[in-house]
Formats: sequence, structure tokens, C-alpha cells
Amino acid sequence: MSSQQTLAEALLQHGVTRRGFLKYCAGLASMMALPSSMIPRIAEALENAVRPSVIWLSFQECTGCTESLTRSHSPTLESLIFNVISLDYHHTLQAASGHAAEEARINAMEKFDGQYLLLVDGSIPVKDDGVYSTIAGMTNLEMLKESAKGAAAIISVGTCAAYGGLPKANPNPTGAVSVADIIKDKPIVNVPGCPPIPVVITGVLAHFLTFGRLPDLDRDLRPLSFFGESIHDRCYRRPFYDRGQFAKTFDDEGARKGWCLYELGCKGPTTHNACATTKWNQGTSFPIQSGHPCLGCSEPDFWDAGSFYKAFTAPPINVSEAVAPVIAGGAAAGIALGLANRMKKARAERQREHFTTEDLKE
Amino acid sequence: MTTIEMLTWVRGPGLVIAIGIFLAGTLVRLIEMLMLGRRKDLSEPRNAASAKYGWRLVFTRFLPPFAASDVPAIAFLASYVFHIGLFLIVFFYVPHITVFKELIGFGWPSLPAWFIDAVTLATMIAMFVVLWHRISDKVKNYLSGFNDYYSWFITIFPIVTGYFAFHRLVLPYNDMLVIHILSVELLLISLPFTKLMHAFSFIFSRWYTGEAAGRKGIKL
Amino acid sequence: MSVSIKKGIQAFKEQIDAPIASYFNSCVHCGLCASSCLFYVATGDPKYTPIHKLEPMRRVWKQEYTFWGRLFSKLGISKPVTDDMLDEWQDLLYDSCTLCGRCSLVCPVGNDLVYMIRKAREGMVASGHAPQGLKEGTYRAMTIGSPMGVTLKSFKKIISNVEEETGMTMPFDVQGADYLLLMSSAEIMEFYEFIGAMAKIFAQANISWTFSSETFEATNSGIQIGSSDLAAELVQRIVDGAEKLNVKYVISPECGHAYTSLRWEGPNLIGRKYNFKVVHVLELIDQLLNQGKIKMGDKHIEKLTFHDPCQIVRRGGVIDEPQHLMNKVADNYVEMSDSGKLNWCCGGGGGVSANSHADELRLKTFKIKKRQLDDTGVKTLVTSCSNCRHMLEAGLEENEMDIEVIGLSELIAEHLQTNETHQDNKQ
Repeated sequence: MSSQQTLAEALLQHGVTRRGFLKYCAGLASMMALPSSMIPRIAEALENAVRPSVIWLSFQECTGCTESLTRSHSPTLESLIFNVISLDYHHTLQAASGHAAEEARINAMEKFDGQYLLLVDGSIPVKDDGVYSTIAGMTNLEMLKESAKGAAAIISVGTCAAYGGLPKANPNPTGAVSVADIIKDKPIVNVPGCPPIPVVITGVLAHFLTFGRLPDLDRDLRPLSFFGESIHDRCYRRPFYDRGQFAKTFDDEGARKGWCLYELGCKGPTTHNACATTKWNQGTSFPIQSGHPCLGCSEPDFWDAGSFYKAFTAPPINVSEAVAPVIAGGAAAGIALGLANRMKKARAERQREHFTTEDLKE
Repeated sequence: MTTIEMLTWVRGPGLVIAIGIFLAGTLVRLIEMLMLGRRKDLSEPRNAASAKYGWRLVFTRFLPPFAASDVPAIAFLASYVFHIGLFLIVFFYVPHITVFKELIGFGWPSLPAWFIDAVTLATMIAMFVVLWHRISDKVKNYLSGFNDYYSWFITIFPIVTGYFAFHRLVLPYNDMLVIHILSVELLLISLPFTKLMHAFSFIFSRWYTGEAAGRKGIKL
Repeated sequence: MSVSIKKGIQAFKEQIDAPIASYFNSCVHCGLCASSCLFYVATGDPKYTPIHKLEPMRRVWKQEYTFWGRLFSKLGISKPVTDDMLDEWQDLLYDSCTLCGRCSLVCPVGNDLVYMIRKAREGMVASGHAPQGLKEGTYRAMTIGSPMGVTLKSFKKIISNVEEETGMTMPFDVQGADYLLLMSSAEIMEFYEFIGAMAKIFAQANISWTFSSETFEATNSGIQIGSSDLAAELVQRIVDGAEKLNVKYVISPECGHAYTSLRWEGPNLIGRKYNFKVVHVLELIDQLLNQGKIKMGDKHIEKLTFHDPCQIVRRGGVIDEPQHLMNKVADNYVEMSDSGKLNWCCGGGGGVSANSHADELRLKTFKIKKRQLDDTGVKTLVTSCSNCRHMLEAGLEENEMDIEVIGLSELIAEHLQTNETHQDNKQ
């Protein structure tokens, strides 16, 4: 149940010093590309923030987003903040179940009407009236529409909620779509990634708490501060790309030397996320650093954009096979036209009348 | 359609259509042309092994024209620069080689990105010089029409969009990439039906002329 | 038949072949052909750009032999070639082209423009769009046997004059002679010293040769005007005469177009190979000198330069022989700029000299030759084509230049070892 305890009080309760808290605010400011003059403002806002009610809807998802957010190796400030937000409804984390859980959701929606934040992970199946994913007898589609009505803003967590995700992959049997495909009248922030980086979530929340509005978004509704750059432009292996040094297989000399993974299918150039700078597990590593090419998981349609293991510039379909019949057709057409040309020329030769000396007089 | 969806389309179906039209069109043009045939020459040759003169001219005509008078050096210097530049950019830049590798099954060594970048800049400048000359030179202006200017445009557009994409100019990278690939596809489908066809037919035109002259004992 | 635009287009269609199609496909409008063309360089008028002269043929190629061209033509949205267009193009294809072939030297994509112009003229003739002067010359060639109207009678008169002057007999109709010598009308009328020179050379080399009373005209107006039918008939006369006399070689005299027509186009016009070989007089003289059958006596002391006739050198392939001979006969031979196969046309080839309509334009082009001559500073200009001689003399006169023009064969003959020395050597 929600409480009127402020964040500062909650933090204090958990033994977080003021100094530690301010350090966190500084870190948050820098990650959101805000000037250091903003730090006191962030601190003040967070300190005095009344724990907002958060309703978390999990739809057609794998729970990876939740896992990402909750898997901290040690109680970090991010997870603390997350914990102290009044999470009034979350399938995995809530204590209640069954009717009680649904009741909790409805109550929170009524009590904090217009103020609660709606977080969604997982895609929403719409085919066949949305029967492919239901909770408590209600389709995801219905639940989303109902829950969105009183929300102050919606955060689509993970690529499934943001863009449809893996369930949307060809042939999309469930008719999976994103939150933004259904809800058109509420501010939406997409925090894609499969899963997203934990601090990005909390960064968005912190921004909301500080400024009372969602951060600046790009065309795909992603916070610019985290999704403004491509992996490629921030990747530590970039010098290898520029010099043309690529790993050709997963265990060759180049791979072992840490060369660029472009030829092994890295989608870094076309993918926007903070992986290369913020990294994962408190800055430990990210896929490329571990030797695996970027999948491009924070981009829409990354699942159908071609093989994960072929360079992104390589055509995603077998062009040669598709084009072969066309070439044959072209050759045939060429020969047909060539024959027509020959016949026309032969006809002109046959039909020519001899030019005589007298014809010079005309 | 999202940008990535567009990227997937232009790299996939778009490329198939473009390459299909390009190859089919080029084949049609070449076969249509060659099947008109050439009458056998009954005169006594000075050099019966004249075919080698044909091949010889295919290569020697790459040299500057010694018999042309008063052509400003900048005009054909720019032409050399953009032709060579285009060749280097298309065939020796890593992302392009990857495409070829997928299409034909093998790749080859690349040139460093900074070098290709410099070559691209030189190529763009050369192309503008070439356009300026086409407009300002009496003869070129007189001869030029839609075919010439359209061909210029479809050639420079991929170079410029590629340059912009590389340098993250004008549009976000992914968007610029879509436009760049589309511009290449426009070039491909147009090529067989414009004067850019010379990229293939020049081999034949030079060969025929070299062979006919070589037969007479003349090294053109 | 009567001439018509339909016949003209049909002729274009017939003439277009794979090389021509490849040329039109390859042209990128670079304009380099203009910068090698005598007429553009002399006047600066872009309409003289060689590829532009071929526009009617290009249209026919496009509309008849390409997919889109045929389609647009059927849909009625392409511009057809009309009588008016060919009328407009007559000056471009005849007045401003001597078939010199310089354009084919420079085209970056290797277009053989002179080949195209030659074929394009077939369409012009079939539609009645050829210059009056050239039509008349060709008519005379067909009916009288010479474009200048020289009859056998007049030829024989000149022969008897030469015989008197030289004291040598000129053989006629000798069955089984090795060499048949042809003449161009211009040589007969204006430069008949050539006859004496040749007789001298033959005598020293001890060669059996002859004239033919049935065929003495080497030039081919049919090729200049662009009618394969007429050209074939003219070649056939030579072939008939030569094969009747059963000669081994036919000598093409100092006439440019005579060589290209007989040596290169001839067999294709009549549809078969000859039973004799064709040799250019310079090739023969060079050969005889190399074999030692004739020997040079002294050298010409004055500074000399050589004008390479287009049809013999660049288009004929007799490139080295003139240079060899000039070096053998001249003490002070100065090559003009662009000598050899790059040389500039005299302005009179390709029928232009027979086309009075082109006189003014032709004289303008002499400024290029003038520049070449001024740079050498010679007083004597050597060449080996009577049409060139004629044109050069006209140009020199117009520009008040004090330069004498002489023929190379004559020059060689003049400086041969004398008979006495030859007899001494034999002993």
C-alpha cells in the first residue's frame, strides 16, 4: 500500500547517508546530461518526493525486464529507489495474488487517479480479440486500456512494450503490438532494450520526480540522454573498425585481440543505447566487451532486420537467389529484342532499292 | 514504418528489385546492341591478329587525349579524379565490401576509412567541377540535356548521402543510411537506361574501333 | 528508285550495326571529339561537334533498335527524323566533315565517329540530301568515268605530252604485267609530273607495269557522297580492268580516298576478295628502296616538311612509309607539330573540295595548317595526295604564303640515282 513517507525518510531508514545520496544525484545528473547546477534541484526533488504510486503491468513478456531491474549484486541506490517507490502492482514482486492483487490495482488507480505512473513490460497481443494473453480473465488489451485511463504517464519498459519485441517477429502469430500502438492520448516514454539497462529506468523516474515531466525524447520516444548516441559512436572497439581490423570468427586471432565485431554481425552502428558507456552490472561489461556482437535490441524491428551474425550492411535476404530468375529473364528478353533488331535490319537490307546514278539528279 | 523497418526493406526487397532491374536492364541493352552484328571484313588485313588491337585500345584509351586541342586540364583531371574516386569508394570501403561478399560470395581487402573519407571529399569536389564545366563549356553545354544532368545527379547523390551518413550530418545516421541506400538503388535502376551505360558498353566500343584500326595496321 | 525520307531512314537502319549501337550507348557528351575536329577548332562553333553531326542516325538507332526507344516511338512521344531535319544536317554531315578521322583518335569511350559519318551519309544520299557539287561530281564519275570529267581521250593526250617530255613510253593494257597503275583525275589534270616520276621509278626497278584504258580513275566519289551502290560500281570497274589484265598488284596513286576505297572498303562493297593485291605508291617505293631495287642518288637540300594525308596515314595505315621516305630523300626534314597519324586535315577530303557551298568554311580551316607551317618555317611542303595539294595550294594562296607544294613520289624520283650511275653499279 502506498505511504506518505518521503524518499529522504525512506533512504535514511535504509542507512543511506546524505553524502551517498548526493553522490547518487550527481551521477544521475551526469547520466542524463544535465548540468551540475541541476544536482541540488534533483536532490531536493527526490528528497521531498512523495512516493508515487506505480502500477506495473506485465503482458506478453519473458520477465527479463523485471529480472534486469531487480538483479543487483549489492543493494545499490538504484534498486533502493526502485524499492521505495510505491509499487502497488507487480506480478512478480507483489505479495498479494489473485483477486486481492487485482483489487490493489483498482484501488491504487482510483486513489491516485491522474497521478500514478503506469509501467508496462511485454507486448500486447491483439489478434483474435487479444485472447493470447489474459490476466484474471481480462485480455492484456483491455487491461492496458483500463489502466491507462488515469495514468499520469506511461513508461514502456523493454523492447516488447516499446516496439512489440520478439513476439512481433515474423509471422507474428499473436498480433503483438507495442503500448504506443494502442494508447494514443497519454505521454509515453519508451525504454527499450532486451532487457533495458537498469539505471535507465530509474533515471527516467528520477527525471519525472524532479521536473514533473518526462525527459526529452527522440522520434522513437526514447530518452535522448540515454538513447541519443549509437553504440558504434561510443564503442571502445571503434578504432579497430576505423582501421579495418575485424574478427572474422568467434575464436580467431582478431576475436582474441578484441577487434571489431562488425563482420560477425554487430548492429552497433544502427543501434541507440547507453550500453557502451553505462554498461551492465554496475559498469562491468556489455555484450561487445564480452566478445559478442550487438544485437541491436533497443531498436524497433531488430528481430526481423537480418541475421544477428551477418554484418548489418549485408542484405538480410538471399539476394542472389532472388535475382537469378530476373537475370535469366533479362537475358531472354535481350535475346528476343536482339533477334527483333536483326530481323528489322535484315528487312531494311532486303527492301533496299538500288541507288542509281540517275537518282543523283533528284 | 520505423527507420529500422525501412532499412530492412531497402537492404532486402529494395536491393533485390534494384539489382534485378540493373542486371536485367544491362543485359538487355548489351544483347540488343551486340546482336546487330558486324559484317565480316573481306579486305586483306595488314594485321590478321587484329583482336589484340581491340583489347589494346580498351586499355590505352584510358590515357589522356593527345589529339585534343585546347581542353583545359582541369576538365579531364576532374573526370579522372571522380572516376577513380568512385571506383575506390564503391569497391574498397568496408561496409560496401560486406555487401559484395554477401552477393557474390567473396570479399577482398579494404582501404582505411580515413582514406576513403578523403577520397570521397575529393570526388565530390571533382564532380562539382565536372558539372561546372558541363554548364560553362560551349560544346558540352550545347550537347547536354536531361540524360546528362540526371546522370550527374544520380551519381553524386549516393556519394553525398554516404558522406553525410559517415559524418553524422543533416539527418540521424539510420535515416541517412536509408536515403543513401535508396539513392544507390535509384542509380542502379537508372543506369542501363542512361548514358551511364557507358560503364559497360565502353569495352565494346573501344574494342570494335581498336580492332578495325589494328586490322589496317593503325594503332589508334 | 526515287529519293525519299523513308528510304533515308531505311538506309540508316541498314547501316546501324553492333559497333554503332555500342558507340551511341557509350557516348557521354564529353565534347572531346569537338576539340579534335578541324571545323570546330577553326570556327569555335559547337554545332560542328562530330557526335552532334550524327544526331539523325542516333535517333533512328534509339527509335528502331532500343526497347524504350521503340516503345516511345510506338506511343508517339518521340521525335522522328524528318526531311527538314536531314536538310538541316546536310551542311553538318558534308560541308563540315572531311572524313579525316581525328575524332576517332580522341573519343574516351573509343567511338569511331568517322565510321559513323561514312555510314550516316548513306541515309543522306538515299533521301536526296547531299550537296549539289558532290552530286554532280559523282554523276560525272559514274557516267564519264571521272568526277572531273576526264575522258580516256584527254588522259591519252596528257600521256603523249609526258612521253614527249620524258622520252619514255607509257605502257597500256599490257596483259600479265605485275603492276597496274591507277590515277586520280586531279593528278592527270594538274600534277601529271607524277606519271613521269613513276615511269622513272619503274624503269630503274625493272618492274613490269601498265595503265588500263578501261579503268584509270582511282578516286571513288561514291564513298565521298555516301552511296555504297555507286561506290561498288566504281570499284568494280577497277577490279574488272585489273583482273582482265591479270595483274598481281594495283597501285593506288597519290590520292587519299582512292586508297581507303580500294584497299579497305572495296572488297566489302563488291562482296568478294580481289584476285590482286592493292599497294599504295608510297608503300611500293619504300619497299623498292628497302630491297635495293631503286637507289637514292642525292638528297634534297632545302628545308622540307610533310603533310600527312588523312586517308593514307591515319585512315589508311600507311603511317611509317612517308616518314621513311622523307628521311631518305631530305637533308633537312622538319616534322610539323602533330605529324604522323595526328596530323590536321587539309580541309578538302570527304567530298568537301567538290562542294562549292563549303568553300568559305573550308578556307577558314586552313588557319590550323597555317599555324603548323609557320612553326616549321619551311618554303617547301611535301605531301602525297593531289586533293591535299590542291587544297593546300588554295589555302597558301589565300593567306599569301610563299610555300611550294610538291608530291613525295615526284621528289623521290627527282633524287634517284641517275641511269649512268645505275649502269656503273650493275657492272
